Amino acid sequence: MKLMDVKLGQLGSWLAMRDFTPGGILGAIRRGHSRYYNKYINVRKGGLGGLSMVLAGYIILSYMWSYSHIKHERRRKYH
Amino acid sequence: MLSRLVLRAAPAALRALPPPVAVGVLHTTRTLHTTQQSLAPVPPLPEKGGEVRHGLIPEEFFQFLYPKTGVTGPYMLGTGLLLYLLSKEIYVVNHETAAAACILTVIVYAIKKFGPDVAAFADKLNEEKMATALAMKNEAVQSLQTAIEDEKKEQWRAEGRSYLFDAKRNNVAMLLEANYRERLLMVYNEVKKRLDYQVAMQTLKRQKEQDHMIQWVERNVVQSITPQQQKESIAKCILDLKALSKSAHAAV
Repeated sequence: MKLMDVKLGQLGSWLAMRDFTPGGILGAIRRGHSRYYNKYINVRKGGLGGLSMVLAGYIILSYMWSYSHIKHERRRKYH
Repeated sequence: MLSRLVLRAAPAALRALPPPVAVGVLHTTRTLHTTQQSLAPVPPLPEKGGEVRHGLIPEEFFQFLYPKTGVTGPYMLGTGLLLYLLSKEIYVVNHETAAAACILTVIVYAIKKFGPDVAAFADKLNEEKMATALAMKNEAVQSLQTAIEDEKKEQWRAEGRSYLFDAKRNNVAMLLEANYRERLLMVYNEVKKRLDYQVAMQTLKRQKEQDHMIQWVERNVVQSITPQQQKESIAKCILDLKALSKSAHAAV
């Protein structure tokens, strides 16, 4: 069952179906990595998008991790 | 214990039963490999990776939103999201923003200017690698091909050994024949020599007998001639001679 085929109401049951054991999580990481790798990097003429998407994801993630620190540099108090 | 009994009966039963039942009798718990697994030939790499628009967002996102919102949907979504983040100051504009803007400008300019050259260079490197690998493969195939042809030539040569053996057989036969004839000649000569010896012996014997007899006869005759007889015979001879001479004179 792919996530895109799950209806909204069935989301809970679908989540229950996945296995969250460490081995299962490792397998999921491995699968995701190989999907991304084989789609964007392991090709004859690879483009810029393959690498830049990873960097953009890293930028966004690091922003989210340091958000509690950046919050204090806001210009206005009330939005 | 019972399983041991079954295992002992299994071979005999296996010959009688059709295969699906025999699998059950074998007490296997995993399925036997029935498909033909092979990793070769490996499928070739895809030519181009997944499409990415603006270097950041995969094309599938735009295709996902196209049926409902058309072409401008994702851009509207992006703009609205950006304005929301800015107005609510979930994204805070600080010194890092200025730094990011400068860096990104420079990076985008560099990529737009030097991108195609770098891509061409990388492609050339790839091409060289592929060319060497392909050359190795072709060389190996070629060498194996020549090896096959040489092998076939050797096989063709080996076919000719029947002629070789025929020639050798002829040689041997001729030697045997020559030897046989030589010995035949030798036998003939030897036999002839022995027969000649016998013949020579006989002739010698006869000759000796003849000579001896003649001599004996002569001796006896000479002995028997008494002096009286000798005078008479001589006078007779003279008379005969005179008569002959007369007849001869008359003839002339």
